Amino acid sequence: MSKQIIVPFGPQHPILPEPIHLDLVLEDERVVDVIPSIGYIHRGFEKLVEKREFTEYTYIAERTCGICSFIHGATYCQGIEQIMNIEVPERAEYLRVIWSEFSRLHSHLLWLGCFADSFGFENLFMGAWKTRERVLDFMEETTGGRVIQGASKIGGVRRDISSGKLDQMVKDLDSLDHEMKELTTVFLHDDSIRHRLRNVGIISREDAYHLGAVGPTARGSGVAIDLRKSGYGAYDRLNVPVVTDSCGDCYSRCAVRAKELFTSTDLIRQAVTKIPDGPVDVKVTGAPDGEYFMRAEQPRGELVHYLKGNGTKFLVRSRIRTPTLTNIPPLIKMLQGCELADVPVIVLSIDPCISCTER
Amino acid sequence: MAFFEMVKTALRTVLQKPVTILYPAQAAKKTPLSRGHVTIDESRCISCGTCQRKCPAQAIVISKEAKTWQIDRLRCVVCNSCVDTCPVKCLFMDTQYSSPVTARSVEIVVITYVKPAKPEKKDEPT
Repeated sequence: MSKQIIVPFGPQHPILPEPIHLDLVLEDERVVDVIPSIGYIHRGFEKLVEKREFTEYTYIAERTCGICSFIHGATYCQGIEQIMNIEVPERAEYLRVIWSEFSRLHSHLLWLGCFADSFGFENLFMGAWKTRERVLDFMEETTGGRVIQGASKIGGVRRDISSGKLDQMVKDLDSLDHEMKELTTVFLHDDSIRHRLRNVGIISREDAYHLGAVGPTARGSGVAIDLRKSGYGAYDRLNVPVVTDSCGDCYSRCAVRAKELFTSTDLIRQAVTKIPDGPVDVKVTGAPDGEYFMRAEQPRGELVHYLKGNGTKFLVRSRIRTPTLTNIPPLIKMLQGCELADVPVIVLSIDPCISCTER
Repeated sequence: MAFFEMVKTALRTVLQKPVTILYPAQAAKKTPLSRGHVTIDESRCISCGTCQRKCPAQAIVISKEAKTWQIDRLRCVVCNSCVDTCPVKCLFMDTQYSSPVTARSVEIVVITYVKPAKPEKKDEPT
């Protein structure tokens, strides 16, 4: 047995978008074990719930993550609505789906860019972010915010989208689809990329399932779990296809996300076709008394908001379990046995969002 | 075998104009809904303190005695909560971001609203 050495990876590393620290135990160039540690950007969001009124906490819940912000806000609102038995207007539910899917597009395009950067394809990185800009422009036109939309509120949504704007949006989706098609062709069919990603960071279906992988990390290993299938919000009235891939390597996880871009645009089209007219919010009176586990599908996987109220304006407990946290044990499994040079690509392949994880 | 899939896209972008803008020399593109920074019409503010209570970032401080409305632009998260809840609609959302600063400071606005005098009570007929 050769001598083992420990190489620290992160919290500051050129490919890491956010700080996570991994101690890589190496034998020569091969990783034999990984010791992760998080805790660099803890902000105490869950404690803050005791200090802010539950209506104002919506804005704070949304700021848990800078990428899937809308889904955090909407999930929190849906949780409170369940506790208070509030019937949300149907139009608001559809609008939440539309913005959630735009969030997913924005997150996946951002990730595809960062991932291209991790294997040294700068041009593709710029291309992905150029396409993402169009999604952000749409967000800003309809909600007023590019990244933090602030469009969700307890009892509905804060803004409506006019029918003319919705029709225009569907027309624009065709050219966006075309642009994304060009982009994903490079990811899925370029041999240099395939050569770099195939058989790197493999995790089997059983391991992914037992270690609690969620989202595209699980779907890339053939575990067909997608919370949208459970039919929260307006998803029960839409046809949600679950994209899976069986190989469980970095290429599969990339392929799942690349294909999910098109399922998101398809869901937006479906939502626009089915969206009814009517109000977008209801008046909320009283305060939440009770507890609820609200689950939703984020771009990275299953998100859980646990909320508990005692009948006052201040909640007593909030717990947010984000998908990256559950994807860390599978990541460790993927890293065991890989080459040191593959570590950045594998770490990026689970789409780590550390701000979310530490809250 | 497919190599150089990116070449077509890359060559096209070489011939196109840049998609980026020279911010801040050139103003960022904004829409009518864009949330940039909060402004106040000091002649209409009744110092009720709703914006201070509803601010999730605690960026706004109202002083009834000194008749001032203060905002810490670096604390403000531009959520539009104050604009939505203001009972007299004296707060507005400007579409451009607040200008960059080199030190933390609090912006103080003196409220010029004067409560109109109550009309004199007419003597009730006996």
